[in-house]
Amino acid sequence: MAATLRRFNGLRLLKSTPALNLQQAKNLSSTSSWASNNKKLIGAIGAVTGGVGALLFALEQSVEASGSEVHAPAQPWSHRGLFSSLDHQSIRRGYEVYKQVCSACHSMQYIAYRNLVGVSHTEEQAKAEAEQITVRDGPDDTGNYFDRPGKLSDYFPSPYPNEEAARAANNGAYPPDLSYIVSARKGGEDYIFSLLTGYHDAPAGVVLREGQYFNPYFPGGAISMAQVLYNEVIEYEDGTPPTQSQLAKDVATFLKWTSEPEHDDRKQLLIRVIGILGFLTAISYYIKRHKWSSLKSRKIVFVPKEK
Amino acid sequence: MKVIYNTLFKRTSTYAVAIMASAFFFERAIDVSANMIFDTVNKGKLWKDIKGKYE
Repeated sequence: MAATLRRFNGLRLLKSTPALNLQQAKNLSSTSSWASNNKKLIGAIGAVTGGVGALLFALEQSVEASGSEVHAPAQPWSHRGLFSSLDHQSIRRGYEVYKQVCSACHSMQYIAYRNLVGVSHTEEQAKAEAEQITVRDGPDDTGNYFDRPGKLSDYFPSPYPNEEAARAANNGAYPPDLSYIVSARKGGEDYIFSLLTGYHDAPAGVVLREGQYFNPYFPGGAISMAQVLYNEVIEYEDGTPPTQSQLAKDVATFLKWTSEPEHDDRKQLLIRVIGILGFLTAISYYIKRHKWSSLKSRKIVFVPKEK
Repeated sequence: MKVIYNTLFKRTSTYAVAIMASAFFFERAIDVSANMIFDTVNKGKLWKDIKGKYE
């Protein structure tokens, strides 16, 4: 810090200055003494920063009308606020939707059953969920591989052994892994919701190949995933009416959680950070006033030497 | 103020102890109040609010 001050100001701020100059704070401003190179440097940094900021703002505000897809409208998610957590009842229902609908084609290889504990399921329930799958394990004492029921530490099973098998079963289209899909798509959970509820008949002039469907939210419009969510396509265990939008909302919330498992902790931490930084700001302000009080209130009297 | 200075801040030993003790209480106060705010804002949405239904 001192070195930086020294560089821009010479010794002006570091040495004690004749007190008359200090009587007004504006006289402390030392820009007038900067070398012209420094002024140019500071000016350039300011211009570049402003320019980059304006560019980012413009890109973010742009209509993006050149693409062929419709942009997902923002939905009133209950986890949208600065301090708002995910709706865990919704995560639990979303898991049901994923398990009974999505997992037929989509893998979720980075989420394990243990991750559900304390988020949407109790430990016993998560164990029961895990035991429904069969995991190939081994080698055992005799060197053979064997099948066993799943454990808490097992990851969600993949519907296909590899990408080639997945493509072969889906007309050459690869159903993406859903673990981080909300973070991986522009629009996040809004996009997932709109995509799942946005299927239409193809408008005139749009040619779809065999096994393709029209969805205006999908880039290009032709998606290889058929509409999967209909009213009452599954039954919720908590009795919530399984309408199409409810199913889409719950599975989008679930996928938001799988993409950002730290979501709730992060928002809780924000409250803590605001508290601590607010406290430190108050202290800094007090200390600044404290240190400056003598400087601002002192009076310097010139007493000429008697001859 | 004078009492605080004379009992706590005057000697380095007591000053250090005062810093550590106040850091502890400050941390606890921030944690507890942050959790309380978070739980109040999100009442009904957290796992601890719904887990009663599943146990």
